[in-house]
Amino acid sequence: MSEQNFESVKSAPTDTDDNVSTGQSKQPKQVVVPDISAILDQIDAVLEKNSEEFVSGFVQKGGQ
Amino acid sequence: MSVHRIMGIETEYGISSPNNPGINPTILCAAVVNAYSDFLFPDRQKPMRWDYYVESPFVDVRGYEIERELADPESWTDIDIGMPNLMLPNGARFYVDHAHPEYSGPEVTNPADAALWDVAGDRILNHAAQMASELTGNLITIYKNNTDGKGASYGTHENYQVARDVPFDDFVKHLTPFFVTRNIWAGSGRVGLGQESRTAGFQISQRADFFEARVGLETTVNRPIINTRDEPHADPNKFRRLHVIVGDANMSQTMTFLKMGATALVLSMIEDSALDFEIDLADPVLEMQAVSRDYKFEQQLQLTDGTALSAIEIQREYLAASENYMASKPFDAMTKQVLVLWRDVLDALESDTQSLIGTVDWVTKKSVLDSYRLRDDLGWQDSKLKAIDLQYCDIRVDKGLSYLLQRNSNSSEMFDEQEVELAIANPPVDTRAYVRGKAVQNYGANVVGASWESLIFQISPDQPLKRIGLPDARGYRSNETEHLFAQQCEPAEFVTKLEQLISEQH
Repeated sequence: MSEQNFESVKSAPTDTDDNVSTGQSKQPKQVVVPDISAILDQIDAVLEKNSEEFVSGFVQKGGQ
Repeated sequence: MSVHRIMGIETEYGISSPNNPGINPTILCAAVVNAYSDFLFPDRQKPMRWDYYVESPFVDVRGYEIERELADPESWTDIDIGMPNLMLPNGARFYVDHAHPEYSGPEVTNPADAALWDVAGDRILNHAAQMASELTGNLITIYKNNTDGKGASYGTHENYQVARDVPFDDFVKHLTPFFVTRNIWAGSGRVGLGQESRTAGFQISQRADFFEARVGLETTVNRPIINTRDEPHADPNKFRRLHVIVGDANMSQTMTFLKMGATALVLSMIEDSALDFEIDLADPVLEMQAVSRDYKFEQQLQLTDGTALSAIEIQREYLAASENYMASKPFDAMTKQVLVLWRDVLDALESDTQSLIGTVDWVTKKSVLDSYRLRDDLGWQDSKLKAIDLQYCDIRVDKGLSYLLQRNSNSSEMFDEQEVELAIANPPVDTRAYVRGKAVQNYGANVVGASWESLIFQISPDQPLKRIGLPDARGYRSNETEHLFAQQCEPAEFVTKLEQLISEQH
């Protein structure tokens, strides 16, 4: 997901019909890949202790 | 033509009270929505109602009536099952949909706003569940997923306003291969194969196993890849509302953005008859499930002409068509972002899937699952992996694994919390959601009912209700109605002025 790829698409003027939009200039942010193995203990800390019971207790009714 | 059009996202969340596993989920939902209602409107006497009036066919064809005096509000009980229903200051609807709390985001004009008000919904639900937990003394937890892994599924639906004069078959023909393969980047990942997870394993999509038909009207049984529900919530002569039920709920803001943006581009090409290829899948329902299981990208999808294409190849066909289509037109920065992101994601899926950790939900989720499988030597049937699957989409910011991973990624999300806070409290400025949200903000006590196409005001108990129709999804936005709110009139005067302004427009 390199920044230079932004050059690969032709740039052009802004769509005039939606100039009041609040989202016009938002950039999807580039993400630095986290090292999962380094944060396993953090994940351990929030994981449900009794995973069997937790998983079997999550029963939903069907929706749309 | 671009990624800009009227669109919106509706999400049914999973809900649970871990210490009361047998409790009726509808009661939990009601507790959550009521807690938020009390927070927003502490002095409110009567509940806000949904205006089902516009959902009758009769009113569909007469949608331009701007004034209608209704009878005694007590008579509404006939058409309202009494479940809590709220219109929010940000123009969204928050209510109980049978056994799920549902947040239907406001109408927006572009995929970035769709993603932003979707995140706002997650925060609103989180806040509501926190308050409901405190009020009831029972922890209530909310999950932004689409299945319990035991046979039940609930939806994250996208809505796009599309041109009425395009033959619906064109949408079916071109959207089907796009939807069947879109999950390779839009999927949120799931532990368990089959509707009831009878086979152990991992798949890309939460939702794929719950689709059983190609085209149809249903959304709760025999779900179709292309849904034909026709409630335009706008001028039915000009528009359809394409109701897309096939997608997963995304925790990744970037993937919500891409999902809405790429789909909007494909819709533009269909409306413009700009798609000169046709990918006729031999069995789209079966292929959608096959794509969901093929996280190593080894499979080919069979076409009716005897040839075959991979899911990535099919996505590349649509991307290339979009790039060619836009190459001859002036286009805006956001459309360019969608095209670049789409290409980057497809490239990364082929070359370095791990680089999509933190961006593509199923890749992020699977990397955590794989780390645990490796460290603890777990098989796919292990309940710990199922717990990770579920906790990935826990919307508590301090507990949800997607948030934890985000915090550790040394990068910010697409939206910062300040923007999200603004979207929790305010409507988009460029659709009719503006007048709805602002009316709720400023005259909430007088708004006794609402729908996407109407607001119903009660000025005083001895006066008839005043219904104001809002048939135009792009109408009544801030540049047209802001001055009305700025005047800070008394409710009666405001309603009269709003009615006048709208009648002058039609």
